[in-house]
Amino acid sequence: MADILLQLWGGFLVAFEPLNLMLVLIGCTIGLFIGAMPGLGSVNGVAILLPLTFLVPPTGAIIFLAAIYYGAMYGGAISSIMLGIPGASTAVATTFDGRPLAKEGMADKALTAAAVASFVGGTISVVLFTFFAPPLAHVALFFGAPEEFSLMMLAFATFIGLGGDDIPKTIFSICIGLVLSAVGLDIISGEPRLIFGDIPGFLHGINFLVLAIGIYGIGEMLWTVEENYKAGGASMLSKAVVSVQRTLANLKELLGTWKTAVMGSFLGYFVGILPAAGATPGSLMAYGVARQIARDPQKFGKGSVDGVVAPESANNAASTGSMLPMLTLGIPGSPTTAILLGGMVIWGLEPGPRLFTDHSDFVWGLIASLYAANLFAVIINVAFIPAFIWVLKLPFTLLAPIIFVLCLVGGYAPTQDMHDVWLMLLFGVVGYLMRKLDYPLAPAVLAIVLGPLAEPALRQSLLINNGSFDIFFTRPYSAPIMITALVLLALPLLKPLMRLINGKKAKA
Amino acid sequence: MIQTKQKFFGLGVAVGLGVAAVGLPQAAKAAWEPKKPVEFVVMAGKGGGADKAVRLMQSIIAKNKMAPVPFTPVNKPGGTGAEALVYLKGKKGDDHTIMFTLNSFYTTPLRQPGLKVNIEEFTPVMRMAEDTFCLWVNSDRKDINNVDDFVKAAKAKGNGWIMAGTGKASEDNLLTDFLNSAYGLKMKYVPYKGGGKVAKELAGNNADSTVNNPSEQLGFFEAGKTKPLACFTKDRIGLFKDAPTFKELGKDFVYFMQRTVVGAPGMSDDAKAYYKDLFTKVFNSDEWQTYRKKKALQGDALTGDDLMNYWKNERDVHKKMLTKMGAIKG
Repeated sequence: MADILLQLWGGFLVAFEPLNLMLVLIGCTIGLFIGAMPGLGSVNGVAILLPLTFLVPPTGAIIFLAAIYYGAMYGGAISSIMLGIPGASTAVATTFDGRPLAKEGMADKALTAAAVASFVGGTISVVLFTFFAPPLAHVALFFGAPEEFSLMMLAFATFIGLGGDDIPKTIFSICIGLVLSAVGLDIISGEPRLIFGDIPGFLHGINFLVLAIGIYGIGEMLWTVEENYKAGGASMLSKAVVSVQRTLANLKELLGTWKTAVMGSFLGYFVGILPAAGATPGSLMAYGVARQIARDPQKFGKGSVDGVVAPESANNAASTGSMLPMLTLGIPGSPTTAILLGGMVIWGLEPGPRLFTDHSDFVWGLIASLYAANLFAVIINVAFIPAFIWVLKLPFTLLAPIIFVLCLVGGYAPTQDMHDVWLMLLFGVVGYLMRKLDYPLAPAVLAIVLGPLAEPALRQSLLINNGSFDIFFTRPYSAPIMITALVLLALPLLKPLMRLINGKKAKA
Repeated sequence: MIQTKQKFFGLGVAVGLGVAAVGLPQAAKAAWEPKKPVEFVVMAGKGGGADKAVRLMQSIIAKNKMAPVPFTPVNKPGGTGAEALVYLKGKKGDDHTIMFTLNSFYTTPLRQPGLKVNIEEFTPVMRMAEDTFCLWVNSDRKDINNVDDFVKAAKAKGNGWIMAGTGKASEDNLLTDFLNSAYGLKMKYVPYKGGGKVAKELAGNNADSTVNNPSEQLGFFEAGKTKPLACFTKDRIGLFKDAPTFKELGKDFVYFMQRTVVGAPGMSDDAKAYYKDLFTKVFNSDEWQTYRKKKALQGDALTGDDLMNYWKNERDVHKKMLTKMGAIKG
């Protein structure tokens, strides 16, 4: 323990060198804006700025890129809340409640909640990282395909009931998401599938952001256009105001959500550690769990502060978590860490089990810089809230074209393919119609995120075990996760049964 | 002092202008240079081995100011390279698009004739390296120290022996098929997404063996978690002196993965010469040479007709292998 603290102190000395501290500050600010731009997530930001980092020494370079990654996690929430367009895939769950809050004139509350929750998630996870990195890396190593599938089942299970009471419509929405997630390459057979003849654009599958920006961004805009028309052109995106009193009141209310924030942080961190999962499933799971344990679950999806706190604390915690397999195993836990990993290789820092001993000053410098990045990011973020609120006060007729352009850029940026832009517009119209017909959209988004992770894991497990499902129940890590998932799935069926039994008892 | 400085400045400008004036007529005739950012297509996703190599080359070019414009990586991972191949084919006559390729450059057009991709149409730029493959097992397997032990253990487990690899009909699959037929084994091939994931499955004992590139296993190897038994190379790899080649063991089988820069079809001769010159510089840079050494990469620089002949030869070799494995009809 004392050993770790000593090394951390050494790390702080590295992180607080003026150059490194400045890099953290610049990185956080850039990340915040990259994250806030729909479609331009941390992956693109880090990839674009990678060559720039040759101007500084390797430790400074990776600190800079990590700060961008971090800042983007904060920034992703901003457009989710203000415009209803997820700024990055990790911030999708934030739109579920962030946008309704903004619509009710409480954008400032949602933005503050997102910033503070991100800070809590980031800080808790860095502390966990500091003290438990090597043993947790060990767990991540033994996490194979059966464990991954069990975890995905758990993620689905936490979302039971998310779509509201109309179960057939929820199932329909999940199926749409799963079918869309199956488009592209079948990894097990190596053959392209569902590519509509031979349209090359479908070969890379349907990017999750294309669906999310389509149904949330474009769909939401069409929805608001309709409302605006009905209101005679007078509607605004949000009637929020900012004042010191309001901010203080918001912070006070946030204190009541500490349990959600802590839950989100731990959950996000552990999901983030697992290779290939990343921050998006982590934040979705945190949202699902928060709804399950909440006292007023019916408020979720209509503007619950807990619904913003849970995914935001989780995605920041997960982004720290996903650095763990990157540093200790050389396996990226998310697409962004994959690029960070590439950067490290270029600088001659070979990630892997020996990095902690061979380059301990680098590792601890990076960890210490994450503490600093958290602090900077929350300050910058809160400082910008009045500016964001001011933007929201612009008339909708002025904002609509801007949002539309942002959506188009967001659809184009990840793959640089016009095919995805057309697809996104199509999803926008479909999303609008689905909302009109009262189909829940969140289950479709959940399915397209988790589908591509769950499917190969299921098929690999069955292939290993000659098609038998018992592999999920005989392995020490997989069994408890799978059983928890099945219990959660059965819960909605058990509840009425319990009520029935209890009711009979009461009568007797 | 100030005056002298100004004088010197004036002199400098005059000399500079003079040089520029002399240089101008030559510059007008000078070699072709890219006029806008060059698109550097990657046949794989972000973070994989190919992607890392492209970002390293991009950085080498930028850091040493080898080109007047930036090189921007564009990932087209769809359909095991099918998306990238179709994209590059569509860029016919474009002098500002190049691509970094692997062995899917041969296998994907062979397996998907519907793409109508003929690799002979593409412009050869330069082979930057050939990556190597070895047979790996977890270090916990104290009973397996050489290929004979491996064959014994794998035979005993029959089709319960799990060989993890990177995809159906991929390089790893071809090598697994080779081992199965050469040693009379029935190993089960389970595809995963990416070589890093495959390496991790072995280190975590979720697979019995792999045929990873050295670079993918290096971290685990150095930590003593995995060990190479033999390599599919001509000579032993310096990093793993104790691992023999399969050739030494009496199986004449050598297999490489190309890491090559290729240009769009119908690229102009001027552009061709430019990229050849540029990537020769990249190849000879300290950074690239260090990278090659560290990743145990082999294969010299190869360009022009030599590279095209190498492609044709490799395509025939792969055609035979794929036919044998039943992935395509001969």
